[in-house]
Amino acid sequence: MNAIAPAASRRFFLKASLAAGGGLLLQAALPGAPRAASSAPVAAQANEDAALTAFVRIAPDGTVTIMSKNPEIGQGIKTMLPMVIAEELDADWKDVRIEQAPVNAAAFGRQFAGGSMATPLNYEPMRRVGAAARMMLLRAAALDWNVSPDECTTTPGIVHHAATSRAQPYGALASRAASLPVPDLAEVPLKDPAKFRLIGKPMPGVDNAKIVTGQKLFGIDVTRPRMLHAVFEKCPVFGGKVKSANLEAVKALPGVHDAFIVRASEANRAGHAEGVADGVAIVAKNWWTAQKARGTLKVEWDEGPAAAQSSTGFAQEAARLAKGAPAASLRRDGDPEAALANAAHVVEAAYSYPFLPHISLEPQNCTAEVRDGRAVLWAPTQNPDPGIALVAATLGISQGSVTVNMTRCGGGFGRRLKNDMLAEAAWIARRAGAPVKLLWSRQDDIRHDFYRPAGFHFFKGGVDANGKLVALTDHFVTFGRGGTTADSAAMDASEFPAGLVPNLAYGQSMIPLAVPTGPLRAPRSNALGFVFQSFIDELAHAAGQDPVEFRLALLGERRVPARSFFRTDRLRAFDTGRMHDVLAAVAEMSGWKDRAGLPRRTAMGVAFYFSHFGYFAEVVQVTVAASGEIRLDKVWIAADVGSQIINPSGAVTQVQGAALDGLGAALGQAVTIENGRVAQANFDTVRPLRMNQAPPVEVRFLTTPHPPTGLGEPALPPVIPALCNAIFAATGVRVRSLPIDTAALREGAASL
Amino acid sequence: MPYTITVNGARRTIDVDGDMPLLWVLRDELDLKGSKFGCGAALCGACTVHLDGKPVRSCVTPIAAVGAASVTTIEGMADHPQGRRLQTAWMALDVPQCGYCQAGQIMSAAALLAATPHPTDADIDRAMAGNVCRCATYPRIRAAIKQAAEGA
Repeated sequence: MNAIAPAASRRFFLKASLAAGGGLLLQAALPGAPRAASSAPVAAQANEDAALTAFVRIAPDGTVTIMSKNPEIGQGIKTMLPMVIAEELDADWKDVRIEQAPVNAAAFGRQFAGGSMATPLNYEPMRRVGAAARMMLLRAAALDWNVSPDECTTTPGIVHHAATSRAQPYGALASRAASLPVPDLAEVPLKDPAKFRLIGKPMPGVDNAKIVTGQKLFGIDVTRPRMLHAVFEKCPVFGGKVKSANLEAVKALPGVHDAFIVRASEANRAGHAEGVADGVAIVAKNWWTAQKARGTLKVEWDEGPAAAQSSTGFAQEAARLAKGAPAASLRRDGDPEAALANAAHVVEAAYSYPFLPHISLEPQNCTAEVRDGRAVLWAPTQNPDPGIALVAATLGISQGSVTVNMTRCGGGFGRRLKNDMLAEAAWIARRAGAPVKLLWSRQDDIRHDFYRPAGFHFFKGGVDANGKLVALTDHFVTFGRGGTTADSAAMDASEFPAGLVPNLAYGQSMIPLAVPTGPLRAPRSNALGFVFQSFIDELAHAAGQDPVEFRLALLGERRVPARSFFRTDRLRAFDTGRMHDVLAAVAEMSGWKDRAGLPRRTAMGVAFYFSHFGYFAEVVQVTVAASGEIRLDKVWIAADVGSQIINPSGAVTQVQGAALDGLGAALGQAVTIENGRVAQANFDTVRPLRMNQAPPVEVRFLTTPHPPTGLGEPALPPVIPALCNAIFAATGVRVRSLPIDTAALREGAASL
Repeated sequence: MPYTITVNGARRTIDVDGDMPLLWVLRDELDLKGSKFGCGAALCGACTVHLDGKPVRSCVTPIAAVGAASVTTIEGMADHPQGRRLQTAWMALDVPQCGYCQAGQIMSAAALLAATPHPTDADIDRAMAGNVCRCATYPRIRAAIKQAAEGA
């Protein structure tokens, strides 16, 4: 029997049925997740279609199976959301099995990993699903025993009736529960958080045992019967085309099955930046043979117009644009020009940051089988639904003919929100007439990314005689065309400190760009945090004030300022009081007031940033050697992501990892464009942070009465300006462009 | 040409070119997928295996150079005294995020503990600097190595 109960919202309902093989099957349909995950912060617009977002099965043997619907990219979602359901269900964690859900938008709604959205979207709904399931088991037991459900209680996995000393395990009750009416999700009582057994307790990742023993989990580990292996050589210049290639010589190599030219797909020409690009595919019996054959391959390219672009040229163009007025005004409050003219101190500074690659450690890959008009893919993707659409468009088949199986991702960082590798694998597999695993080399991965866009900011700021910030202007030179910024290259009019400075102007000019761009962990914020929190530090010094005190004064009284940060949205409203509290906390944790006692060339820097609904204030301590070499001594982080840390183990490691990620990028990462192509190719020139560089990271969560929010990203943005501000404090050298040039620090450090 | 190597105690014969890196022999010929491909240039350590107990980057080790050396991979770590303790510590401290690099991290750590049963922070820095963790789980990797060392 099936029963459907409407809940508070007509689109929010629970369906219970008898599971195949007996037991209780619960499917919760809720308003769907956001449709768009390509940029962040992801718009929290609700999908109007009801979508299955939870799937719980309680078998007669007591096993509780919970589907994990979102991709696992290392953010810990596969552990965290099942914990929430199991908590309210009062399940015994050792009985819980977690299965990766298939990709099925009709059934599961949007399935993606992006924007640190899983917690804010799912925390309360998942609790309600678990609570409803528990209530049904309780009622089933009460019926069996002919007692009131109110007299029954649960301990993990068992319903009890204390008065008669009776008890039944969940498994024995599950089939009976499936025939009962489902409770109203909106009315179902939730646990008092003080009584949580699972939520708030450190829970190790559910796949850890497989990871540490080297079992097959990742996309690169997929094998299929009769599978061939492919590499795909694309034009080093973005948008370039194949003129000719020595295909016959490559095909003659032992072990090579085929080599052929791939033409830019219809999907690509229609404007999908992720579609198949022009190139040459080599298909061989194993990957090494295919990769080695690239040494024989010679391609003549028509490089196209992008070959004229370079990072040097972009910087020159930005400097030229900065001499004029911004092409567009993003925001204007008060009279910034007059305020600057009357300010006691005026600071002018030009900041810039480079293109950045994602360098997920697992290079891009996808395994595809295309047969009889149907495509089946196995892919480490963060964003499978658009991948299905892209593959369908690439092959000219219906979306219903495309199946994507999600594998664990060896890192995402936003790169796997794009599905170009799926489209390529499908194209090549169709042509090869066999299952094909396409694997990119590291060089392919760094040279064909959707990069964090570079950017340029030309600031002026003024403080009055009392040291108060009275005026701020930013001419932001970014990339785009025709009034539309490139992917992840925009700045909001509400960017901090808008709304807190009486005279403020943000303007924008654009440079046309042929380089693909896209979201990288904490998109936009990872760059804007650096420039704004560094420039605010310059203003604090101009005002002769302590950088913490200056920031506290800028935040002012506890409020949600008008026309600042998404005031219309409860989660997104920027609350100066919450930021004040994390800033005060990190100052206390780090011993900020006593920093004058640090050794010569050792210093602290501070910064804060609000992104992905999270309030983060961070202090970095560095020691700069006379050579200019930077040693990271320690990082302190105070964070406010609401009332509940669901999995403290996952939470701390996400925050530590995000901060260390930011430090690594600031110290050693950039992609530079020369003649339309990427100059870097591997980890010797794009340098990830390493063990010997990684400092301890102390994390403190402030719990506040606000809905819990996500942790994959918001710790990253403030760490970069905190580092740069520490370097200034240590050396007197202000870092205004990234990555940090240690040679430029030498003079400052040596003079101390 | 045919090569016979010893992998995790078992003799395995494969017929491949002599310049084929051990990593691709393990992954594509022997279906041992635990050793990972990250850079192809000995820059990230994801492919780390042991040759006669010494850590090597299998992505730049040609099969012809393996000879009679005994190859140990992550799949053989449960039988390795330090390896088993490291795996236990890795799980207890919840080290992995994405998990992709962790096989290589454990292989490097096992070689470290075999040579230096109670490593200092400086020892850990030296032995582990060649292994990139893109998720930057370094604080927990360090703690897990120390925890495994305590059990020695």
